[in-house]
Amino acid sequence: MITIRNVSKAFGRVQAVQDVSLEIARGEFFSLLGASGSGKTTLLRMIAGFEGVSAGQIFIDGQEMQDTPPHRRPINMVFQSYAIFPHLNVRDNIAYGLRRLGMPRAEQDRQVEEMLELIALPGYGARKASQLSGGQMQRVALARALILKPKVLLLDEPLGALDKQLREQMQLELRGLQRRLGITFVLVTHDQEEAFTLSDRVAVMAQGAVVQVDSPAGLYDRPRNRQVAAFVGNMNFFEARMAGDGRTGMAEIAGLGMQAVNSGSARRSEGERVVAAIRPEGLGIVIAPDGQAPAVAGRIVARQYLGGRQILHVAIEGRDAPVAVAAPARPGEDDWAGAEGQAVWLTWRPQAISILDAE
Amino acid sequence: MTLAANSPVPPVRPGAVLRFLHRNEAWRGYLLILPALGLMLVAILFPLGSTLMMSTWSLSGYEIARTPSLDNYAAMLGHPMYGVLIGRSLEVALVATAVTVALCYPMAYYVAFHVHRHKALWLMLMTLPFWTSYLLRVFAWKVVLGYEGVLNTALVGLGVVETPVAALLYSQTAVTVVLAHSWAAFAVLPIYVSLEKIDRTYLEAAADLGDGPWRRFWRITFPLSLPGVVAAFFLMFVPTVGDYITPAMVGGPDGMMVGNLIQAMFGPMNNWPAGAALSVVLMVTIALAGLAFLIVGRLVRRV
Repeated sequence: MITIRNVSKAFGRVQAVQDVSLEIARGEFFSLLGASGSGKTTLLRMIAGFEGVSAGQIFIDGQEMQDTPPHRRPINMVFQSYAIFPHLNVRDNIAYGLRRLGMPRAEQDRQVEEMLELIALPGYGARKASQLSGGQMQRVALARALILKPKVLLLDEPLGALDKQLREQMQLELRGLQRRLGITFVLVTHDQEEAFTLSDRVAVMAQGAVVQVDSPAGLYDRPRNRQVAAFVGNMNFFEARMAGDGRTGMAEIAGLGMQAVNSGSARRSEGERVVAAIRPEGLGIVIAPDGQAPAVAGRIVARQYLGGRQILHVAIEGRDAPVAVAAPARPGEDDWAGAEGQAVWLTWRPQAISILDAE
Repeated sequence: MTLAANSPVPPVRPGAVLRFLHRNEAWRGYLLILPALGLMLVAILFPLGSTLMMSTWSLSGYEIARTPSLDNYAAMLGHPMYGVLIGRSLEVALVATAVTVALCYPMAYYVAFHVHRHKALWLMLMTLPFWTSYLLRVFAWKVVLGYEGVLNTALVGLGVVETPVAALLYSQTAVTVVLAHSWAAFAVLPIYVSLEKIDRTYLEAAADLGDGPWRRFWRITFPLSLPGVVAAFFLMFVPTVGDYITPAMVGGPDGMMVGNLIQAMFGPMNNWPAGAALSVVLMVTIALAGLAFLIVGRLVRRV
């Protein structure tokens, strides 16, 4: 649906987007995830046509877009600030794009009513933009874009201004809407949870470049490098050195010793400096090792209680920072409560340790 | 407050008035605007009251008779000159204002949307006519439009006309042109501000929804800048209707406006009551015209 080929964008001497290539499929919910300044919004604005490309090409539905101004592109956008026209009421905002098309007024009105139903705001047609809450404006912005039946809908941090509860509700609604309509959605967000909840695939961006494109599970389980791993959830990193290559080679890991690891698809040479990474959920805590799973002794130095679960920080020999371990915190089973200072053992399954490039 | 509570030296307790003010933001506001408001009320109500009162007096010989009557107003109804002068004043002011607003809009638009550096310099250039006195500006126009003035000399020199055109100066057109030029800064600034304020995302959204540049202007930019256009219209229209310096200097007999007659009544004719009555009529006329603009503006925005 959208093909981005070697696209770069420079603002003066600042390189905002560097040689990005992406393929977004029809009907896909695709996210551009990155911190502010990573170039994700610039990339979206180039797809919309608000920014020209400095180099490279963008194709939408097989058509090269270089010389197509924004108002001729088969896409619509939901802006971060919603951009609800302040001098028009909700009905005229939603019908804005239809008015031009010379469709009979009755048909326009019918479609607007349909949209108001879709966004669960029936009877709001006569309201002014200033009388809407943030969530309602967001829906109106969505309806205004969707009524034109675009091939692609671009969303620029559409939920950023909403409070947490409303945001989660809107995420589910967006996802449902996209499934029902089958339109290709491209979402820009800095919120990893949002990207994961909504997307079929996510492109992680940093410093203007795409670092990794994968499904949410793929990104979480097989991050390509330390940057992605750190951005996508929590991760414990250990300095390490490869002892052998192959898929389940061995590595000498600072603090954990010689261990079997999941070195991924990349070929490693013996003695190569790498980073061993393990999720807090990949680690377990036991009072005494069972002698089968790998284990290392440590001491609990801090405990973060998070309701359904807790994060225990365990100091181990040979490593300065404590290791974060996620453990369930079931009501009534207060095993580790007040356990700061208690001696424990860390255990894990060998596949849980990923090997990443040192930098 | 917390500062006072923490200080080791026992603080001087603020008086009841200060404590009251501290708690009442509205009253603090009133107190702040009181001096200016008081001065304005006195400076508006007193002259307005005395003008109204004087307009009901009359002239008997060289004395002013202070018996209230509506004779001055009746006299104005009976003489067509007043209607003609007020009508002409409205027409000149309306045309000058409309021309100025129409010419200033593109200028303000350009600076607001297409100038990214040295905006202050551009604004300064646009308000440049205001840097000299009003009288000097009108005089400068006399030099430009006069029988042996700049324009005529140029026209003759280029062979466009054989003898200088006398009609350039001392006409209604001359008054309109000079007024338009003199008040341009009043029109350009409010329009500029209203254009500058428009969130550029609205224009991007309109483009995204399929509107080309022309449609974007008429559907988004223009409606959102209307408040500035209306403000510019009022700021210029109201003072120009009653202007008497420009018509006196470049108007000639055809260009005379109602302001000249009022000035004459208070001056050479020495008939203050009649002058006061004419001032009141002019004030009411301007207020009615303003109301009409407002209503038209509302209707335009509705469409």
